[in-house]
Amino acid sequence: MTIFKIPDISWRAYRVWQRNRDSYMRFYKANILGNLGEPLMYLFGMGIGIGSYLGLIEGVSYMEFIAPGLIMGVAMYSASFECTFGAFTRMAEQKTYDGILATPLNVGDLVAGEILWGATKSLIGGSVMLFVIYVAGLMKTSILMLLPMLLLIFIIGLLFSSLSLTFTALCPSYDFFNYFFTLILAPMFFFSGIFFPLSNFPEWVKTASKFMPLTHAVNIARSLLSNMAHSSLILSTLILIVFTVIFSISSVNLIEKRIIK
Amino acid sequence: MSEIITAKNLTKVYGKTIAVSGISFSINRGECYGFLGPNGAGKTTTMKMIHCFSPMTAGILTVAEMDVRRDQRKIKAIMGVVPQEENLDPDLKVLKNLIVYARYFDIPVKTAEERAVELLNFLQLKDKMNSKIGELSGGMKRRLLIARSLINNPKILILDEPTTGLDPQARHLIWQRLRLLKKNGITMILTTHYMEEASQLCDRVAIIDKGKILIEGEPKKLVNDNIGTEVVEIRLEDENQEAILEQLNEFNFTYERAGDTLYLFSNNGKELLHSIVDVKHTQLLHRPATMEDLFLKLTGRGLRE
Repeated sequence: MTIFKIPDISWRAYRVWQRNRDSYMRFYKANILGNLGEPLMYLFGMGIGIGSYLGLIEGVSYMEFIAPGLIMGVAMYSASFECTFGAFTRMAEQKTYDGILATPLNVGDLVAGEILWGATKSLIGGSVMLFVIYVAGLMKTSILMLLPMLLLIFIIGLLFSSLSLTFTALCPSYDFFNYFFTLILAPMFFFSGIFFPLSNFPEWVKTASKFMPLTHAVNIARSLLSNMAHSSLILSTLILIVFTVIFSISSVNLIEKRIIK
Repeated sequence: MSEIITAKNLTKVYGKTIAVSGISFSINRGECYGFLGPNGAGKTTTMKMIHCFSPMTAGILTVAEMDVRRDQRKIKAIMGVVPQEENLDPDLKVLKNLIVYARYFDIPVKTAEERAVELLNFLQLKDKMNSKIGELSGGMKRRLLIARSLINNPKILILDEPTTGLDPQARHLIWQRLRLLKKNGITMILTTHYMEEASQLCDRVAIIDKGKILIEGEPKKLVNDNIGTEVVEIRLEDENQEAILEQLNEFNFTYERAGDTLYLFSNNGKELLHSIVDVKHTQLLHRPATMEDLFLKLTGRGLRE
């Protein structure tokens, strides 16, 4: 199948990353604020507002319970916005891709650069969030855990960048991103266990949740930040990596199919 | 002269449409070669195959001794492309556009900056160095696209309708600059539907229609061989056209009737003129034959959508 053809990618992907960085640096303050306003409100608004009515959840306070997942949420949304609206604009509106493809770069480099950039956006948003959480004293584990945390944020960035680009490649217009955000990302954000444990939901919800990459990310993040036991750390990590590889390959091939005629 | 681009039976099929139908041509080093054709003739598709954007369906296409199916990165490294559809980077200012583009070719920043300023000067855009792309006029954007296409010192320059939609000032400036580039030895391939542009710039042209090359050669020679050197245009009613043609039947010429105009093609327009002065006419024009006459003769007068 051509969707899973092994793509030709070179270090030139970095050139696309540089281009996006240069573009981003113009408005970086507004960009960071836009990324973080909402999750910070979730963290402190719900954390204090709802948390004060609750006892401990699985051994930690409510704010501590939601903090790791919210970082994953930021990572997911940062990459997804960049690689849907941002990438679609560059591809279809500005024809930036056509310009880039008239140089020694090919579609593989181009898409890999976009994915790396999307993951960088996750890293920017996620690490600021992580910093706030650390300063607020919501981190229960050793400071050394920040490192694997950053790595996890980056992997989630790669995963959702490639998933978003796969979707973008198939989208006829901006309007179709509504499907992506309301039917794919929003349910994931809600049922990945960020805000509540799924133990009281029917079995099928729990099963569905296990197929969501964000669920695995939230579980790993919780064990890294709040020291909450997660039985299958390795399996969860593996699932994230497999998702990332599959969507990376499909995004290159589908974008190629879309723009090369 | 050595060939820099060679195409044999080059074919491109999109789904069920045959856009380019087994064309063969070769372009020499340092030459300016033009593809003329109505909309949808296959000009842009041919260009896109040359600069490794569209994969060809069948045939052979080599650029600087490299196969477009294998050495795409290397081919694109020695090529400059001015696309028909403007695709400057609106997120970056004018100078930055060139510098970021240079980076795709691995040109060191310092060299890129020098070259970018040089090129902005060359295309009279130096004052706009720090402008946003959105603030530029159509002509400026096109000049910037040309500057961008030259950032890697290309051996081959692809120009897809470089002056379509521009005012005469901008068009003449671009022609001047392109002639200078040609003098410096750059090979140029251009598509256009301005016949004057082809005559001004091209050493050789190919007129293509419906994916096939109809005729190829030096513009002037093509016109003289196929049309004659002169044209007499007479604007008058249909029924009077017959009368004139009858009067002139002793002379050697060809003609075409298109609506209210009668075109007479000949190598001696004067003798024709002398014989028709006494005929009642509304308007009469005696002029040299042009590429446009040949173009319309070969591709017909029907509209192309």
